[in-house]
Amino acid sequence: MKDLQKDFWLTIVRQVPETNQDQLSPEITESGMGTPWQIDPDDPIIGYFQEFPEAVEIEELNLNSTALDQLSEFGVKLVVPLINQGKLVGLLNLDEQSGEENYIRNDRRLLGNLANQAEAMLKIAQWVRSRQLEISEREDLEHDRRIANVIQETLIPREVPFLPGWQAKTYWQPAKEVSGDFYDFFNLANGRLGLVIGDVTDKGLPTTLVMATTRSILRDEMIRKASPGQVLSKVNNLLCSDIPHNMFVTCLCAILDPNTGNLSYANAGHNLPICQRMQGIEELRATGMPLGLFPEMVYEEGATTLEPGDKLLLFSDGLVEAHNKDREMFGFGRLRELVEDCIGCEGLEDILLSKFDEFTGEMWEQEDDVIIVSLQREQLSRASDGASSIQSSQEGSWIVLGEFSLPSEAGVERLASEKVLQVMKNLPLNKAQKDRLTTAVAEATMNAIEHGNQFDPKKPVIIKVTASDSAVSVHITDQGGSLIVPGSKEPDLEAKLAGLESPRGWGLFIIRKMVDHFEIISSEFHHTIILTMFLGGEADAR
Amino acid sequence: MPVNLIEASLRNLPDLIIIDLRGEIDAKSEELLDQVYSDAEKMNPSAIILNFSKVGYINSTGIALIVSMLAKARKTGVKLLAYGLSSHYIEIFQITRLSDFMKIFPDEASALSAIQHKTDE
Repeated sequence: MKDLQKDFWLTIVRQVPETNQDQLSPEITESGMGTPWQIDPDDPIIGYFQEFPEAVEIEELNLNSTALDQLSEFGVKLVVPLINQGKLVGLLNLDEQSGEENYIRNDRRLLGNLANQAEAMLKIAQWVRSRQLEISEREDLEHDRRIANVIQETLIPREVPFLPGWQAKTYWQPAKEVSGDFYDFFNLANGRLGLVIGDVTDKGLPTTLVMATTRSILRDEMIRKASPGQVLSKVNNLLCSDIPHNMFVTCLCAILDPNTGNLSYANAGHNLPICQRMQGIEELRATGMPLGLFPEMVYEEGATTLEPGDKLLLFSDGLVEAHNKDREMFGFGRLRELVEDCIGCEGLEDILLSKFDEFTGEMWEQEDDVIIVSLQREQLSRASDGASSIQSSQEGSWIVLGEFSLPSEAGVERLASEKVLQVMKNLPLNKAQKDRLTTAVAEATMNAIEHGNQFDPKKPVIIKVTASDSAVSVHITDQGGSLIVPGSKEPDLEAKLAGLESPRGWGLFIIRKMVDHFEIISSEFHHTIILTMFLGGEADAR
Repeated sequence: MPVNLIEASLRNLPDLIIIDLRGEIDAKSEELLDQVYSDAEKMNPSAIILNFSKVGYINSTGIALIVSMLAKARKTGVKLLAYGLSSHYIEIFQITRLSDFMKIFPDEASALSAIQHKTDE
């Protein structure tokens, strides 16, 4: 609790008749009962009264005291100290007795008694007042905290981007006090993905507001600028003019081309991302000053390729700077070691979090947000008709004509076909080819909804249409990588007609017969059926 | 999503029934197709003709329903024929080999004349 002597000096003055008001200092007139009047804690009057706790005429005092001079100026004649537990908690100040020269002994005794009563009450009043101030201060802080919290929660993305062939995961555990940590994903031109993670210094509402601003500027610049270095440079210049002088922002900015795995990145003083590869781990280095400190900074750009199976790991200070009960830090070394130990194993994030929980222990007081963002290029296994993958054999020459996602609801397969036909309406396909693709797309979409996504409306079916000079491909991706693709053995119609086999099971068989090339790519998380039709092909008869 | 309905009606001709289908044949058609086929069967025709000329869409589940009908027909010795299929669905009936067990005609007249011809023989 605060030292009451310092903060809450009360002066009790006689009610002043209106005619006399101008003779008194305005402070006293306005203060009245219960309003604080501060006495410097070093003023000798405090020591004097604590040593001699008795009523005294101020004329009798010979102290070099500002408070005494003020009392004298206010016309105070007699001062009765209010002492509680040996400490001066207030003064009972009286001006001249009306009609009489001096306060007589009896008056003083009476005042002494009054002071005794007043001391305890005053102490209680002071305590109540201090509590009220504390509560109001706390309420203000809580109010700010709530606003900051809403802002941060609104801006942190809830969903990870869906990229066929990639698996993104995020983890965010906010600290009690709102921090300036953030991460975000942006869909950029040509199917590229923008990725940022950052941290604004300090905590609380102002920090969150700077975070929100930074994120908006980043979003805007990511769409305009071609490279992460250019983005950070522009954002830095914009922030420099607006950011409070004691704040800055660390930020890692990366752009991924999901088709090739090429990743370019620039770093404004944020933690180095770790790339986990089969052959070891690598920290992706690129130098640059934090944002908002100095204008016209240049940000070094790095580039790497994420091969199938590689994983990129981004994280916040809250992870590496967390302390355990022995005040030991989790640290970069421990993190790197863990990521390295996890090469080739599944669920790095879960392992990391469980080791982190183990380290921090149950009674951990979390000081900062813990954020982990990971992006893994999936290991692929292919099953296809024909010797090699059409897509990979012509890598680079394919362009994306369109991409969309549909909820896993019965009947959506027709819509999928319609949208695919719409996307490829300018391609040289004859009516029979279009009919076949319509059927194949609808069947493959139905498969994805029924088998891959188990009719879970939250799991989308992602459809991408790509084209080269000679062919068009439709990629239909579900979210059910762990499920086995139903076998596509040729249905035995005789057995079905004889009731020896279910009349069903035509889907994959029909799909295969409808297209020129058929391929299923399965990963841990998805199946993608790729249907390819050669352009300008044969006439309608097949 | 729009609810895609299938409609079916029976036409009773001497010794044969024509089932006029209209709409889309998929999983939602199962109950109706079962019902209409069993109604047709009760009339003891020697042949049942499926009219697909107003059917715009048949998916793999629809194919399975037609396979079921064909299995029933073969069990009871009823001839099952079809007409009015688009060239795309004729292709699908061919690749699934349904057409090996179920004669397909371009239109009602050709289907009827084939039955007539068969009867005359």
